[in-house]
Amino acid sequence: MSEPAIQAEKLVREFKKGPRAVDGIDLVVAPGEIYGFLGPNGAGKSTTVHMLTTLLPPTSGTARVAGFDVVRDGPKVRARIGAALQEAALDPLLTGREHVRLQASLQALPRADRARRADELLGRVGLAEAADRKVRGYSGGMKRRLDLALALVHSPRILFLDEPTTGLDVQSRTALWSEVGRLAKDEGVTVFLTTQYLEEADVLADRVGIIDHGHIVAEGTPLALKAEVGRPTIEAIPADPAELGRASDVLARFGELVPCAENGVAVRLKGGESDLADVVRALDAEGLKVEHLQLHQPSLDDVFLAKTGRSLEGAGDEEEKEGPTSQLAMDAT
Amino acid sequence: MTGFADQVYVLGRRSVLRTLRQPANVVAPLLFPMFLLAVNSGGLKAETKLPGFPTNSFVAFALAVPFIQGALFATMNAGTDLARDIQTGFLNRLSLTPMRGIAVLAGQLGGAVVLGIAQVAVYLGVGLAVGVRPASGVLGVLVLFVFALFVTLAFGALGAFAALRTGSGEAVQSLFPAFFVFLFISSMNIPRNLIEQTWFRDLATANPVSYLLECVRSLIITGWDAEALALGFGITGAITIVALSLSTWALRVRMARS
Repeated sequence: MSEPAIQAEKLVREFKKGPRAVDGIDLVVAPGEIYGFLGPNGAGKSTTVHMLTTLLPPTSGTARVAGFDVVRDGPKVRARIGAALQEAALDPLLTGREHVRLQASLQALPRADRARRADELLGRVGLAEAADRKVRGYSGGMKRRLDLALALVHSPRILFLDEPTTGLDVQSRTALWSEVGRLAKDEGVTVFLTTQYLEEADVLADRVGIIDHGHIVAEGTPLALKAEVGRPTIEAIPADPAELGRASDVLARFGELVPCAENGVAVRLKGGESDLADVVRALDAEGLKVEHLQLHQPSLDDVFLAKTGRSLEGAGDEEEKEGPTSQLAMDAT
Repeated sequence: MTGFADQVYVLGRRSVLRTLRQPANVVAPLLFPMFLLAVNSGGLKAETKLPGFPTNSFVAFALAVPFIQGALFATMNAGTDLARDIQTGFLNRLSLTPMRGIAVLAGQLGGAVVLGIAQVAVYLGVGLAVGVRPASGVLGVLVLFVFALFVTLAFGALGAFAALRTGSGEAVQSLFPAFFVFLFISSMNIPRNLIEQTWFRDLATANPVSYLLECVRSLIITGWDAEALALGFGITGAITIVALSLSTWALRVRMARS
């Protein structure tokens, strides 16, 4: 088995007069893997990235990136990684092209290659036309894409992306996901991606680590994590609120009741998704008119909820809007 | 170009570019000292009639002031830009490259020095245009440029130190009034030997800025004055060494990469 791209053992970071931001995490990320590091604000994601990228020394524990110790071999680690940190750290007074060329110079690319590399990367992230405009006129999405281009100047084998799509519109987010996915798939780049967006981790990551209060509380593929939590739930809202009791009786035949909206009833389906048709038939047979019927697949938020007892703040809203939910709005007679 | 020289060059170029792209940072260091020079030259011209005043031209006497004011502006620019790099995370971006940490400081100060020398060329040009003829000749003008380089470097390094310690542009800018106090309690407007108030003369004598002014003034008004040059270059050199040592240490602390 090849050496892990990223490996951390009992990694701890304590701040003076502060909490343990990272409290003994263990990580192994394989070469070419996209590892999603999911957690709410303040969970310890960025602190972990800062330690793995050599910007912050660990209080204790060890970490190796690209086979090198992050404390002892900082320069060797930095030569092999690219990073786009939480804020797109750009100079508003420089153009996109000047940024790439500055980065290429500092990464010691041969002088003759710098202009070509700048054109190539700016084109790849869709900034060719805006390359000679000052960054202060860029949108949030353009800044993020430039940030990604800068992280790729020296063709790193490992890429750290710290909340790369926070604050971006759906279009910019999708474009960035597409490029990150391509880097991993076509170029074999290992990606360590922190996010507070459930959908991002779900769509992009081969494996997900969920961090809360500095601890990794769950780790695995998104599918495996969701399967671990359990079966889908179905929620029904009767057209006539007086029928809530009868609707509840019908649904209770298909699984245990779970909390949901006040005017509805929800159960975790014993037989999984395949029970959906039977539920519809049962409601119909009872003559219940249903205003709203919705099947909820288990989400990473459910995983987070199961592991920590609370929902991922903010990201939970995201999941609700864009998550893997099939919805049926129907009238049953 | 070697790796380190290349790093300093590209960072220095960036420092110059970003200053040139902020018109206020270019115009203020040129206009403000020239405005003060014009006002003082008009209002204090009568000083030249005082017995013992070293020249008949108050412009020639006062031309030393823009040199120091220009260096103060350089301090603000170098420090504020560096603080902004810390605040925006740009310094972290630079830290992730193989760049040597000291290149950040050298590049930033290099840019400030280039701009400082350009400012001095403008101040001297204005002086020449209104009839000032440096008593030390062409060689003296060259020495003036060298001196301007050191003064800008010294004050710029102080600004960089403040930026690296505080990480705040506002904190750097708060130094500006403090530096100005030093300028105003110096021999800025009158030779020390002609200051009548004892307390003010004592303060001006204890103030290192007086010797920087007198060094410039000697080259413009009196010619080659070994004592004034030695004091001016000596004090500037000492400030440069201390400020560079402090800012290098602060940079090491700030860029705590492994």
